[in-house]
Amino acid sequence: MPAMIETQGNALTYETIQAGAGLEAALAMSRADLVDFVRDSDIRGRGGAGFPTGMKWGFCAAEKADQKYIICNADEGEPGTFKDRVILTRFADLVIEGMTIGGRAVGATLGIIYLRAEYTYLRPHLNEAIQKRRGQGLLGRNIMGVEGFDFDVITAMGAGAYVCGEETALIESLEGFRGEPRNRPPFPVVAGLLNNPTVVNNVETLASVAAIFAKGADWFKEFGTDRSTGYKLFSISGDCEKPGVYEFPWGITIAGLLEEVGGEGAKAVQIGGASGICVPAREFSRALAFEDIPTGGSVMVIGPERDILDVAENFLEFFVEESCGQCTPCRLGNPQMLQAVQLLKKGECPPRFLADVKALGETMMIASKCGLGQTSPSAFLSILAGFEDEISNRAPSA
Amino acid sequence: MPVTQQDQLRADLIALVEKLGPGRSSLIPILADVKRRFREVDSESMQTIADALDIHPVEVYSVASFYAFLHGAPEGRFVIRLCGTLSCDFAGKDAIAEALTDELGVGFDETTSDGLFTLEWASCVGMCDQGPALLVNDEVHTRITPETAREIVAACRSAAATQEG
Repeated sequence: MPAMIETQGNALTYETIQAGAGLEAALAMSRADLVDFVRDSDIRGRGGAGFPTGMKWGFCAAEKADQKYIICNADEGEPGTFKDRVILTRFADLVIEGMTIGGRAVGATLGIIYLRAEYTYLRPHLNEAIQKRRGQGLLGRNIMGVEGFDFDVITAMGAGAYVCGEETALIESLEGFRGEPRNRPPFPVVAGLLNNPTVVNNVETLASVAAIFAKGADWFKEFGTDRSTGYKLFSISGDCEKPGVYEFPWGITIAGLLEEVGGEGAKAVQIGGASGICVPAREFSRALAFEDIPTGGSVMVIGPERDILDVAENFLEFFVEESCGQCTPCRLGNPQMLQAVQLLKKGECPPRFLADVKALGETMMIASKCGLGQTSPSAFLSILAGFEDEISNRAPSA
Repeated sequence: MPVTQQDQLRADLIALVEKLGPGRSSLIPILADVKRRFREVDSESMQTIADALDIHPVEVYSVASFYAFLHGAPEGRFVIRLCGTLSCDFAGKDAIAEALTDELGVGFDETTSDGLFTLEWASCVGMCDQGPALLVNDEVHTRITPETAREIVAACRSAAATQEG
């Protein structure tokens, strides 16, 4: 797969983890201890929302049901994110192993990798990895000889919808419906796929859980900050010399990250993809961590010659296209914000309209049903706040 | 012996539903398969799928029209999806779009009159470090230049000519 090999970056911890080590360690523990172990590592979801993984597993483990599921969210659709593609390509074993440990911990017998349609070319590779593990007795019945430990993994395909990265929309899609997010509660850990308790974890979360079992919770906690433990994979692209997938401990500053990738001259970085925030150069001392700027790892470097309004326009075009249309704030709000940006570009945006749209964006963040509509105004609002001079220079003089 | 697309589809569906199960969750894999095979999902096919899964055809339409990769409209043998997101934009996607529309003689969301190509925008295809990027059906191409974009089109044309041989 030449396209993946080409992705550059620094050395990844995953390279040092032996496949099988995590599962072996997990099987030496009692089932109840597995959840506590994950909780003790303080790992939080790597997809962007940052929900504590141990807590999620604990909720699901506490449910009584005949059938539970572990879903690996490989619907990596956030613009500027490609670390899951690299993980699935190079470390599929670790991902499947994380799912297997999850199955043991919560009492699930089936795992599903929900792979985005744009990554269809990865499916044969994943199916091969699954098949190989079945042959090694690492999936299937009585895994590693443990009586009654049954767990299998299958792959399922997305069909081109960004919103399906949202866990309840993903479940709707797996059930054969439009990928429209559900009301929560109930959360998937209580009533997920086919109404059964379901854990939905990001690709990177699962791979990292396998690594934590292999190396220990204390080892993991040596990386990062008190409130953001461990390391994180960042997908870095845009105006820098060395784009790629990089591993850094949580807490690295934007300036520190830019130095590593040759992007020092940037005037801004977009953190967290289209749904993230745009950080101007004067704030590059800020840290990437749950306590400062939380992120799923998308970092898009914006060079000094770029028009910041082009950035806002690109993201808003994306959201107008990808809004599922179910709830009104998101369906109607995104086109309004796009219109405002296009008027601003022409220097024709009346200040009153801009103020209204800004207020509308703030309302969307509260009133939208799911994460898509709640975060789609972030880039727009942070650009308005962070680049007032650049924007107002084009405002109509009258 | 099946002669029309519908006969063929019905025969294929029986096999497919047998494999995937008659449950609602088979709907998206079925639509993907029909799309791959016939490059469209017309209303007769939707009716056939609905019958096989025992749901209303409106349900089938509703799902097909929701997903970018499943919409029912006829598509070319090669669907070219150019990534439109920021990093590919910075890397020069506009020049690629120009080369493709010029080479194909159609705009975005259009299909060439010979039925070979459909040109679409894609949301991020996850190749942000190697943009501009595009998909040709399931295959990903990166670091595209206007020249390589034209070469990709030419390669598709000659592959099609060879198949028809």
